Amino acid sequence: MISLTSPVKTPWHSWPAGLKLGLLCVATMVLFSLENVFLHLAAFAACIGLYSVPGYVFLKAGCKRLVFLWPFLAVIVIWHAITGTPVEGTVIALRLLTAVGLANLVTMTTRLSDMVEVVKMLLSPLRVLGLKTRPLEIAIALVVRFTPVLAQKGRDLTFAWRARSPKKPKWQIIMPFTLLAIDDAEHVAEALRARGGI
Amino acid sequence: MERNLVMIALFAALIAALGLIPKITLAFGVPITAQSLGVMLCGTVLGSKRGALAVLLFLLLVALGLPLLAGGRGGLGLFVSPTAGFLIGFPIAAFVTGLIVEKWRSAPLTLVAGIAAALGGIVVLYVFGVIGMSITLDKSINEATVLVAAFIPGDVLKAAIAGMLTAALAKARPNSVLSRT
Repeated sequence: MISLTSPVKTPWHSWPAGLKLGLLCVATMVLFSLENVFLHLAAFAACIGLYSVPGYVFLKAGCKRLVFLWPFLAVIVIWHAITGTPVEGTVIALRLLTAVGLANLVTMTTRLSDMVEVVKMLLSPLRVLGLKTRPLEIAIALVVRFTPVLAQKGRDLTFAWRARSPKKPKWQIIMPFTLLAIDDAEHVAEALRARGGI
Repeated sequence: MERNLVMIALFAALIAALGLIPKITLAFGVPITAQSLGVMLCGTVLGSKRGALAVLLFLLLVALGLPLLAGGRGGLGLFVSPTAGFLIGFPIAAFVTGLIVEKWRSAPLTLVAGIAAALGGIVVLYVFGVIGMSITLDKSINEATVLVAAFIPGDVLKAAIAGMLTAALAKARPNSVLSRT
């Protein structure tokens, strides 16, 4: 399972995950309370600065992860051009880019295992209260393992369909796909029970 | 216990796998992905609590940085993007969908599951989605509603498919439709 952590080693990789998440929360709250366009420009520049420190390859990868925002930015540009409020439009666009950029930066520089550690730490008060957190840890592992398995079964069903029909499969394969998932679930549950359960 | 846990985990993986199905583009150019169909199915098949837990588990893994959303997207950035409201609404949509299927037993399952998926996966989900979009894009609720209205026909189609699928699953694997057991 591929995660979104960047293979480019950056200084931000060595920061503790909990600290990065805390800073991200504060930064996002500040961004959504600011209305001044110059402060937003400064924040955006600082965000680009953070991406630039590790070098061009990292900066380019970071920009790629913001591409999905273009329809929203297009709507903002057109909207504020029509209503004649370019400053407000700039603030909204910059805030969006900086907020998503900073959050992506945390994702790109934090390993999945470190993130899971933060989740475990946040759940530790529940353990003190006597709630078991082990099922959640098993569930996380199951999803990570089963997503590629199910994706492969989806591809197999698509191939089987293509072998029989000149048309592309659409919703028709979802039924056998769901059935396969349910049958797998029953088998895995049985296997877990056979190994002593949770 | 094991069975519930595995069903929750597998449906979380199912939402992710449905995101890999190539998107269908509607006649007027709006792309629809099967991912929100996964959320509806969590509700109609697993029921309210388990359905919501499956969606929460999926979102947790997206937040942790796995590329599980349609188009290989994931990470924390999505939770501050304009579509964040929809992500936050996902578990509640699954819960409401599941609750309706659990409580309303007097009509055929296809109809019940279809209507439940529409109420949960469209009405409830869009309330959250529109609020999220109105905050992130700084638009009024009405303006934000206009921006997302184009996606509603695709979601109506998905609710209908969710209804039919749930009824078909109840025939093929009656014990696995946990919302009705």
